Formats: sequence, structure tokens, C-alpha cells
Amino acid sequence: MKPAKFEYHAAGSPADAVALLSRLGEGGKIIAGGQSMGPMMNLRVARPEAVVDIAGATELCAVTDDGDDVLIGACVTHGQIEDGDVPDPSRGMLPHVAGGIAYRAVRNRGTIGGSVVHADPAADWVTTLIALGARIDIVGPDGSRSVQAEDFMLGAYTVSLVEGELVTAMRLPCLSEEASWGYTKLNRKVGEFADAIGAVVIDPARRFCRVVLGGLDGTPCLLHETAQAVAKGEREALPEQIRAEIERRLPEAAPGKKQIYGVALNRAVNAAIG
Amino acid sequence: MAGTGIGKRVARKEDARLVTGRGTYVADLKMPGLREVAFLRSPLAHARLSAITKPEGAGDRVFVADDLDGVLPITARSTLPTYRQSDYPVLATGKARFAGEPIAMAVAESRAEAEDLCEAIELDLDELPPIADVWRALSPDAGRVHDDWPDNLCLRTEIDQDLSELEATAAVKIEREINTARQCMMPMEGKGVLAYWDDRAAQLVVVSATQVSHIVRTGLSECLGLEQGAIRVQTVDIGGGFGYKATLQPEEVCIAWLALRYRAPFRWIEDRREHLTAGANTREHHYKIKAYADERGRLLGLDAEVWVDIGAYSVYPFTACIEAAQAGGNLPGPYKFDFYRCKTYSVATNKPPFAPYRGVARPGVCFAMEQIIDAIAREVGREPADVREENLVPLEAMPYTNITGKQYDSGDYAASLRGVRRQIGFDQVRQRQQTGEADGRLIGVGFATYTEQSAHGTAVFASWGIPIVPGYEQATVRLTADGGVEVRAGIQSIGQGLETTLAQVASEILTIPTDNIQVLLGDTAMTPYSTGAYASRGMVMAGGAVSKSANVLAERVRAIAAHLLQCEAGEIAFENGEIKSGAASLKFSDVGRAWYLRPEELPEGVDQGGLEVTEGYKPGTDLGVFSYASHAAVVAVDPATGHVEILDYAITEDCGRMVNPMVVEGQAYGGTAQGIGTALFEESPYDAFGQPLSSTLADYILPGPAELPSMRVEHMETLSPHTAHGIKGVGEGSAIAPPAAIVNAINDALRGLGVEINQAPMPPSHILDKILAAQEAAS
Ligand SMILES: Cc1cc2nc3c(=O)[nH]c(=O)nc-3n(C[C@H](O)[C@H](O)[C@H](O)COP(=O)(O)OP(=O)(O)OC[C@H]3O[C@@H](n4cnc5c(N)ncnc54)[C@H](O)[C@@H]3O)c2cc1C
Repeated sequence: MKPAKFEYHAAGSPADAVALLSRLGEGGKIIAGGQSMGPMMNLRVARPEAVVDIAGATELCAVTDDGDDVLIGACVTHGQIEDGDVPDPSRGMLPHVAGGIAYRAVRNRGTIGGSVVHADPAADWVTTLIALGARIDIVGPDGSRSVQAEDFMLGAYTVSLVEGELVTAMRLPCLSEEASWGYTKLNRKVGEFADAIGAVVIDPARRFCRVVLGGLDGTPCLLHETAQAVAKGEREALPEQIRAEIERRLPEAAPGKKQIYGVALNRAVNAAIG
Repeated sequence: MAGTGIGKRVARKEDARLVTGRGTYVADLKMPGLREVAFLRSPLAHARLSAITKPEGAGDRVFVADDLDGVLPITARSTLPTYRQSDYPVLATGKARFAGEPIAMAVAESRAEAEDLCEAIELDLDELPPIADVWRALSPDAGRVHDDWPDNLCLRTEIDQDLSELEATAAVKIEREINTARQCMMPMEGKGVLAYWDDRAAQLVVVSATQVSHIVRTGLSECLGLEQGAIRVQTVDIGGGFGYKATLQPEEVCIAWLALRYRAPFRWIEDRREHLTAGANTREHHYKIKAYADERGRLLGLDAEVWVDIGAYSVYPFTACIEAAQAGGNLPGPYKFDFYRCKTYSVATNKPPFAPYRGVARPGVCFAMEQIIDAIAREVGREPADVREENLVPLEAMPYTNITGKQYDSGDYAASLRGVRRQIGFDQVRQRQQTGEADGRLIGVGFATYTEQSAHGTAVFASWGIPIVPGYEQATVRLTADGGVEVRAGIQSIGQGLETTLAQVASEILTIPTDNIQVLLGDTAMTPYSTGAYASRGMVMAGGAVSKSANVLAERVRAIAAHLLQCEAGEIAFENGEIKSGAASLKFSDVGRAWYLRPEELPEGVDQGGLEVTEGYKPGTDLGVFSYASHAAVVAVDPATGHVEILDYAITEDCGRMVNPMVVEGQAYGGTAQGIGTALFEESPYDAFGQPLSSTLADYILPGPAELPSMRVEHMETLSPHTAHGIKGVGEGSAIAPPAAIVNAINDALRGLGVEINQAPMPPSHILDKILAAQEAAS
């Protein structure tokens, strides 16, 4: 379980990384925290000819506020978010989620950018960022662009990056003071990947309400009708609403799966509406 | 009382190095010219090897079975009547019989480069129909794992009694099918072996992570055709064994052959993926049981069939048959009943060869038996704990020979059950269940009681007729010139604290503090013969041997001291590391000095054996001495998700005289953690093609600190009448009961839903599916 031979390059900045990637072409691959790349390379599932290490690019490790949004650099680690070492636009949701990812050694190295690009359907950030209405900032040989989190992930382990591009930051709107959230991750044990995730964010001041179901086989599911019912405060109707929307969106899922999806969503909704 | 003898909570001598990262494992060794080895393993469960093509120019770096001139397969025979012999080739020959079986090995400067070479080997395999489970293996149209066998049965055993009267008259009859999944043993350190040729000693030196160094030496000598004098097996620190390292490994033979052939050092370290696939070798049992009881729930008889999925080969020296043989013999457990019928089938499949894991067969039989007891109790409408207690072998019956001839030497089984019932706050739990939980979870309490046959010896192993039968255990105890002690024993410490506990036994007799007692284990060149660490035998056997040698040494010290003090040997007493005769006293170093440095001061006729003694020891019985314990668990089951949380866990155990209660508790904690893994998490599933589905730790879930309760351990101390100091074994015990206690607790919690779980592990998905099915059936 040792990787095949590869070259190592360190990138000092996003521009540096883009230049290296375009020089290396298909054989080049970004490595950030290495918490998914490392195991994949050791198992020889990933066999890049060269890796471009961006973990040392200070620009990517910063959290900035551009007035509208808070930008969390791609190389900010789960651990920094958990510890509150960086500004938090989410009124505690991001630190809460971060603390439930893997165990501390992984959180010390694993990055939020690496997690969304790796796009494991059972991972935490992909679902969380959709629930928060985040955008993903990207730079590449043709300049920069920004994509809604729900459009960024295309399926299991596939995202809308093209060759030579990298993610620079997660762009998050600030939750208002009335905002509340709920996050329920069902898994086998502490720090394990999710079997089901319910993520709910309610921010009436911004007329924002999202209900997301994660831990599926593919991309997380935005449940619009449930979100509307939550926004309207139709408490009694919610369990049935959730059941029905799961049934409609995931008719093929096994009964046990539908059951835990429903549980995750109901619990997250209840936590959010208090 | 001061001192560091038997019964003292002496801090473990080995911990300072082990917990500060200063231990030395096989992977830590450095040696000039050392090359690393990787194995190419079969990607298919069952295939004929038509061609293996080495990469261009790599003929002397890649090796297949044909290259291993004169190497014999590992051969584990047994004289049990229906036993079928299978040769276990160290590199596959003719056929590959499980996914993960070594086919070739590659040598390079680094492991990564050795893996590169493995990738470049071309394998031409003809896939054969895979035999992925016992039911497939037993079906008439299945192929054969071993072409020369008439079917896939490695062993059948049968205990037969006529149950027709019970069938006609018993008030209660219970039938259950119970399954335990295949799993891995998962020591923190996997297997590892380094071998080199020592020109000066003219010896092949094999440094292996093994529990059984002397057995490995015998096995290597057989496989390599090398005389034993030319082989030295050495051990360094070992990061857990649990039985995984209690057999001769094909990789050990391969690495030894390389060192012998090239007179150079080679090493192989098992990685986690190899462990999870090629090492998925234990616990898989299937039971069909019918139990007969009276209207109070008193067990009258048991009719059982047990299937064990033994995988492709028989391991050396224990064979693949001890698992099922022990299952049949141990199923009755701590219970008293008069009619027993049990058939066992050891079934060969295309899976890794079965090996004995901590508890050997007993976690499975305890899991099955304890569910039966609870099912009977529910059937007769009584408390399972009450019914359990009434069925246990009572104190008055001790010593007791049970239905399968096990001789329970001593103990109060019911007292352990009452102890754990009190510890767990049984009445409060029942009350709490009445009120219900605010979060909707369901609370349940479950019990399990077991006996642990420990240190079974010559007669038991001889009856299986396996290649190596344990006899007298030897240990050397030596006084040094400066009054310190050196203990040397062939048994191996795999983390269980023997460096401390064996020193305590010597300290008990000589009163010299354990700080001044050096313990050296395992190395075949430095220690007397031992069959090693397995079967909860270490403290009974090696402890007994150290005790016996230390007593003989004590006599010799007394004789010399008496001469030096001008008194009678009978007047000499040892106290706090000093030698006393009335008001006069000597130090042990005075005696050491006399023997080694000032022999002119020795008495005439002094024992010429000097201050070094090696004695052989066996307990008064070969049949094992029986430890026992009761475990109790309180769980909360979330009926909406199937998730189980262990709220409380208590143990009342009796392993006879405790040499070090802290070490006993350590065994209890560790074993229980493993048992909880078996109960709730660990599983090595295979698909119909015999492909392992858990090949990384992302799929194979182990319990972590957050999943483990803080266990409470209470001790009883009933001395064994058969052993030195009344010691009984304790190494395996705690891994036995947790699956049983936890399944009973879960079933107690789910009773109101009409759900009963009968398998291990019990993941949330399984529990939830059963709940949903029950709801479906009800609506
Ligand atoms: C034992 C264990 C348990 C885990 N449990 C969880 C869990 O419970 N929940 C969870 O969400 N995750 C879990 N993870 C995954 C963890 O969160 C990883 O850190 C994360 O998936 C990857 O982040 P990374 O920085 O390590 O990325 P890397 O491993 O370095 O890279 C991952 C992928 O992203 C690409 N990449 C990285 N950064 C960028 C970038 N800025 N732009 C473009 N491409 C990029 C790489 O090329 C690679 O393809 C676990 C991991 C382990 C090892």
C-alpha cells in the first residue's frame, strides 16, 4: 500500500498552481491536505505523475470578508474551522459540522476545498455548503469564475472543474441574527462518513430557507417543498411533507434508507425551528 | 503489605517504552543491505494458475512457487477421525484458493518499488467457480476447494444422545438460527518478519512478530528442510497478537527462504489492506439450535448443529479443526443439563484460512447459548437473569464434570451473575424502562455468563492429534552476582504484561523487587522451550514454571546463605529483598558474589547447578482450569434508526489468584472492547465471487473511544486447586461475553416491538430492517 512513483511540486500561490498545472497537463494533480489523495495514492487508485501541493499557499489559507460575503480559503482546515480560528459567517454551523468530520488528526490536515472537490457524497461539506447557499470560487488558465455549490458537484466524485482549474475559496453569505440551523448526521460511529445527513438553514431576514438531504449515492438533494413548508412554519405537516418529498425524489431507495433520510431531516428541521 | 509479589498492582515495566514510542517493532529495525518484500496476491477467490510471467530482467527479484527449491508446504495434520489434510503452499501452486493468497513475491530497495514490481507481473488465471460460503460449499454441485477431497468438509464431529423423550415431553421447545460474521483480528501491528543469515553463528535468524517463536522454529525447520540448530527465531516488541500471530505464516517461510538463499536480510510488513483481505480469517459460525426446557425454564437438553467457515487451508499447528471441535465442546457453557446432541461441520471455502482468535469458538457459542437462555426465559415469562441463574452449575456441584466432559474445577458462577446484576443496577433499569425515555429510545438490559477453559494442556491437544502438543512449560530463573534476577521464558509477550507479571511471580518467592528482575521472552536462542502465548495459558504455565524455578533457586540460595551465616538452611527467611536468620542478615548480592566471584567462600557440596535454575511445569490437570465471568450491558436503541448506544457495562469475573489486578483489568477492558467490535461493528463480508468487500478501514468499522463505555470490573478470587498459586488464565475471557450480553440487551429493548436479533454484528441497518419488517407485519 505505497504510492506509485510521482513528482512533487509546491505551489506558493493560486497563480503558481495554475501555471504548474498547465505545464504538467493531464498528469498533474492538486494535493491539499492529502486526506483523500493520500489514501487513494497509497491504494494506487490515483496515480498522478506529479502532485502540486497547495497547502503552503498562504492566500488559500486565509478567510476574508468582501463586504457581502465571507470567503473561506480552499486550504483552511477542518480543524481551524472547528476551533473557531477563522471568522464564522454561519452562526456556529461550520464549527459544529467541522467537529464531526473524521478524527482530529484528519481534521488537522484535511481542507474544506479538498473536501468539496473530492465530492464524496457521504462527506459533510458538500451538503453543508449547499444548505448555506455558498458559491465556489474557481481560478484557471482562463481566469476566475464562481459557481453555486449545488451546481458545483455533478455526481459522486465529479465536480464542474475543467483541467487546469482549482478552487480558491468558498464564498458564504453571512447569516443574519435571526437565522437558525440544524444539522443531523447519522453514521455508524463518531467521525465516520454519513449514512444520512439532514441540513437545514432558516434565515427569514434574508428570505432564505434551505433543506438539504445528504449522504446519498450522488449529489445532495435540495428539498424545495419541504423548505417552503418550513419557511411557512407548518410544523404539524412537516413529517408527512418530508416523507412525501423523499418518496418523490428517491423512489428507488430501500425502505431502511428512506426511513433514516426522514429521521435525519426531521431532526435537523426540529433543531432549526427550535 | 509492601513488596511487588503476587496480587500487587505493580505498574507495568514495559509501559514506559511502549507508551512513549520507544518500543521496537519489526518495522523499526534497521540493517545494512535490508531489502523489502511485497507479495502479489490472487485477485480471484478460486482460479487455476496457468501462467505467471515475471517482468523482463526481474528474474532474480521476483519469485514464484517454482523458484522455492526444496520448500515444503505448511502441513497441519490431525488424528481426528474425519479430518482431511490440506497442504498450504507458501506461494500458490496449481490453484489459488482465496482472494489474497500469495502467488509471487518481489524484492526491492523499498516497499513501494517492490509493489511496482508486483504490478508488472503478468498473471494468467483461469477462473474456477468460487465457493464463497458454507452453503455453497455443501451443495452437491459445488466444485472442490481441494480437488482430491470427496467434498468440502474438513472435519465432522458428533456428540449424540437420544433426545426423543425430550421431544415428546418437554414443556418448552425453542428453535433458533444464529450467525456470527467473518471478521479480522486487527492487532495494531500487523504481521511482520525480517530474516537474515548470521555467518558467525551459522544460523538463519528470523525476527518475527509471533506469539509462538519456538513453534515457528519447528515449522520453519520442517518447511525449509533445515536443522533446528541452524534456525533462531527472535522477537522484538509485538503490537498485539490475539491468535493472528499464533500460527506459522506462509510469509515467514518465504522471507526465511530468501534470507537463506541469498544470505542477506529481507523484510515484509503486512499492510492494513493485506490484513483486511488476506487476514479475514475468524469468527464465522452458523448455528441451528433446538433447546428443551421445563415450564420454569430449566434447560433439559440441547440439539445443535454448528457450521464453521474454515476457509481454504488448515493453519499450523492448530489446524482448522479446533474451532468447530471447541464449539461443540464448549456450547453448553456454564450450564447444567443432561441431554446434548451436537454436530459440527468444518467447511472449506475460498476464503482466508481460519485462525484461532481470542476466545476461540467461545464468543460464538456464548453468543448462541445466551440467546437461547433469554429466549427460554421470554417463553416461560420469567426474568432472563433468574432463569440464567437457576441453570448455572451451582457452587455445591463443584468440581463439576459437564455434559461434554469439561471439568469445572472451582467457582461460584451464580455469584458472578448476582454481582453483575447488582453492579448494573438491574432493578433501577427495569424501573427506568417503565417510565420511558424522553428521546424515544428504548432501554434494554442483557446478561451473559461464560466459562473460559484456560491453559488446557497435553491431553487436550493430544486428543486432537495436531503437529505440536504443549507439555511441560519451562522457565529459567537466575540470580546475578549483584543480587538481581533474570527470568527467561519461551513464551511471548504480545502486550499482555508478562514482563511485569512473571517478574511478580519471581518477586513473590525471592522478595526481590520487580525493578531488579529482568524478564527476557521468546528468543529461541536465549529462552527454554515453550509452545508460546495462546489459550489463556501464559500466567498459568509460564507463571507456574517461574514459580517452580524460583523455589528451587530459593533452596540453593538458602544453602549458601546458611553457610555464610553459619546457621541452618531452615532458619533462613527472605524479607523485602534480604536474607535473614534471626538478627543476622545478608543481601542477595552476598550470595551472588559468593557463587560467581568468591567461590572459595562456598560450602562444600554446594549444588553445582549454581544460581541458575530451569524447571518444567504442568498444572495438576491437563484439561484446563476454568475462569468464568458474567457481563451485563445496558443499551439504548433508537427505534427510528436502529442505532445502539451502550449506556453501561459491568463485569464480575473470577480468574483465580490475580497476579496483578491491574493487568487483569487491562485484559478485561481490551477484551471487552474487541467483543463490542464483534457485537456491533466488525465484519468482513464477501460477495458471491468470494471477493472481500471490506478492504480498507473505511469499510471495516472498529469501535473507537466514543463507542466504548467505561466498564466497571469487579473481581472474585476462587483459587484453582490444580495450579501454582491457584492462578487461572484470563487472556481471552472478556472477548467472549460482549456480543451475547449486548444482543440480549438489544432484544430486551426491542421486546415490545416484537423484534429479536440473532446475528453479530448488529449494525443499525440490520436492526432497523427488522423493526420495519415487524411494523409491516403488524399493519
Ligand atoms: C479516516 C478519515 C475519515 C474521514 N471522515 C470524513 C467525514 O466524516 N466527513 C467528511 O466530510 N470527510 C471525511 N474525510 C475526508 C476528509 O474530510 C478529507 O480531508 C477531504 O475529503 C479532502 O480534503 P484534503 O484537503 O485532504 O484534500 P486532498 O486529499 O489533498 O485532495 C482531495 C481531492 O481534491 C483535489 N483538490 C484539493 N484541493 C483542491 C483545490 N483547492 N482545487 C482543486 N482541487 C483540489 C485533489 O486533487 C484531490 O482530487 C475523512 C478522511 C479520512 C482519512
